[in-house]
Amino acid sequence: MKSPAEAPGSSAAPVIAAQGLGLTFGTGDGDVVALSNVDLTVKKGEFVSFIGPSGCGKTTLLRVIADLERPTAGTISVNGQTPEGARRNRAYGYVFQAPALYPWRTIEKNVALPLEIMGYPRAERAGRIARALALVNLTGFEKKHPWQLSGGMQQRASIARALAFDADILLMDEPFGALDEIVRDHLNAELLRLWASTGKTICFVTHSIPEAVYLSTTIVVMSPRPGRVTDIIRSTLPAERPLDIRESPEFLEIAARVRDGLRAGHSYEEAL
Amino acid sequence: MGQALTRSTPFAIGVVLAVLVLVWYAAAIPMNAPWQQGVYGRAGAVDVPFTQFVGDVWNQDKPILPTPHQVVREIWNTTALVPPHMPRSLLFHAWITLSATLAGFGIGTVLGIGLAVLIVHNRATNRSLMPWIIASQTIPILALAPLIVVIGFNIFTGQLGLPPDPARFLSKAIISAYLSFFPVAVGMVKGLRAPEQIQLDLLATYSASPAQTFWRLRWPSALPYLFASMKVGVAASLVGAVVGELPTGAVAGLGARLLAGSYYGQTIQIWSALFVASILAALLVLAVTLTERLVNRRLGARPA
Repeated sequence: MKSPAEAPGSSAAPVIAAQGLGLTFGTGDGDVVALSNVDLTVKKGEFVSFIGPSGCGKTTLLRVIADLERPTAGTISVNGQTPEGARRNRAYGYVFQAPALYPWRTIEKNVALPLEIMGYPRAERAGRIARALALVNLTGFEKKHPWQLSGGMQQRASIARALAFDADILLMDEPFGALDEIVRDHLNAELLRLWASTGKTICFVTHSIPEAVYLSTTIVVMSPRPGRVTDIIRSTLPAERPLDIRESPEFLEIAARVRDGLRAGHSYEEAL
Repeated sequence: MGQALTRSTPFAIGVVLAVLVLVWYAAAIPMNAPWQQGVYGRAGAVDVPFTQFVGDVWNQDKPILPTPHQVVREIWNTTALVPPHMPRSLLFHAWITLSATLAGFGIGTVLGIGLAVLIVHNRATNRSLMPWIIASQTIPILALAPLIVVIGFNIFTGQLGLPPDPARFLSKAIISAYLSFFPVAVGMVKGLRAPEQIQLDLLATYSASPAQTFWRLRWPSALPYLFASMKVGVAASLVGAVVGELPTGAVAGLGARLLAGSYYGQTIQIWSALFVASILAALLVLAVTLTERLVNRRLGARPA
């Protein structure tokens, strides 16, 4: 089990490093500042959550890391490369808000999709698919089609798809946002276990305070108009986190600090 | 049991068919009556019993409106009782039309898909091609068909040195293709653009090539649209082949039968050619539907 304290020290090169990052969308109705002056460092093996209200740019930041959007200011490197270079080298797996499974493919064929595109040899695919499905507890559902699975299982299949190839970064954009709380709790616990067993660096976008505090080694609090980082909180929780840790004083303390950070960001809005 | 019967599709179709046949027979009485009264007048027949009158108007040689049993008998006589390679056989004519239809439909479908691929993948072709594609369908095919048949026939027999029959076949196929490429092109443009942004983003995160994006995402997403457009296209193809047989006085094909029937007032022949044409259209659409079902099953689509 990795703990935040044991995560590779400051001597290691950061996996993600951004300085003065900004992104302005030009629209017909004037410019919209989605991100402004974001500084961020993510080290190897960290679990970083981005939390904030809608419009704070947390999804945009994740998309910039993934090279799905281009920044208009500042610099950013992923694995020491530009985001585009990292994307071309298949450095990360991306989990979207919706499962985005192909309805005409079975679960195993959906997980095989990135392997086919990246040209993994056929003989190697079966083993990778089996391992990825085992990681998300979907063994036995290989031949099912997405519509035969519940929403939570579909999202787990999409996580398996992101784990099937050797990317050591996992970018997750509110992956459990559409699920009910019981399923979400369960998947949160599974995700922690998966993170511990794979040692991947995870960037996780959420708007749930308990989810962010429960999962993360680092919590990045963001606020809207313009989207910016208002606080970066290093978690003091132990690596081993049973679900009932959420009632511990330590947990509640971190949650309170996150809430304060969100409120501080909001005062800007309320003043208007 | 009773409910199951009244809710079944064959029952519903049967009821509609029965009503149509009744209306048809009823309509034949007033429409054919004037001629029949003329016949009685010339023969000096008076006080003809109503039952005999009805029997006569339903069995004229050249009625204004032939009755269903006359049409069915004509179809039977010209299909089952004549060898299919004889020009007297309706099957002979149906095959002439059907072969041109299938060739035209094949060309039209491939052309439509090709145009859609160009339009979806290239901004310039998107702007420049679509207006022409739409404009092509605003010209009435009845005005265009004679031009295509005459010009095509002359080019194929003259410059390309083809014999008349293949030249006629190709001219008709071109008209069929002209009518069927349009629904396929429009449907496929929509189908190839059907994938959601999130699915395109997913492939971008894999750094997938345009060809991989096309074959793994755009093409399978477009298949439902393709089959819907092919159903429209195949029916239009048949219309195109029939229309292509009208203007040049072709001697073979369902269109030629229609034309010959109208020259000589052979209404029964016209109606039987019409019937065979619509049966062909129904079979063609059915074939597309069955192919669609087969493909869907192979793709593991959710049963409807």
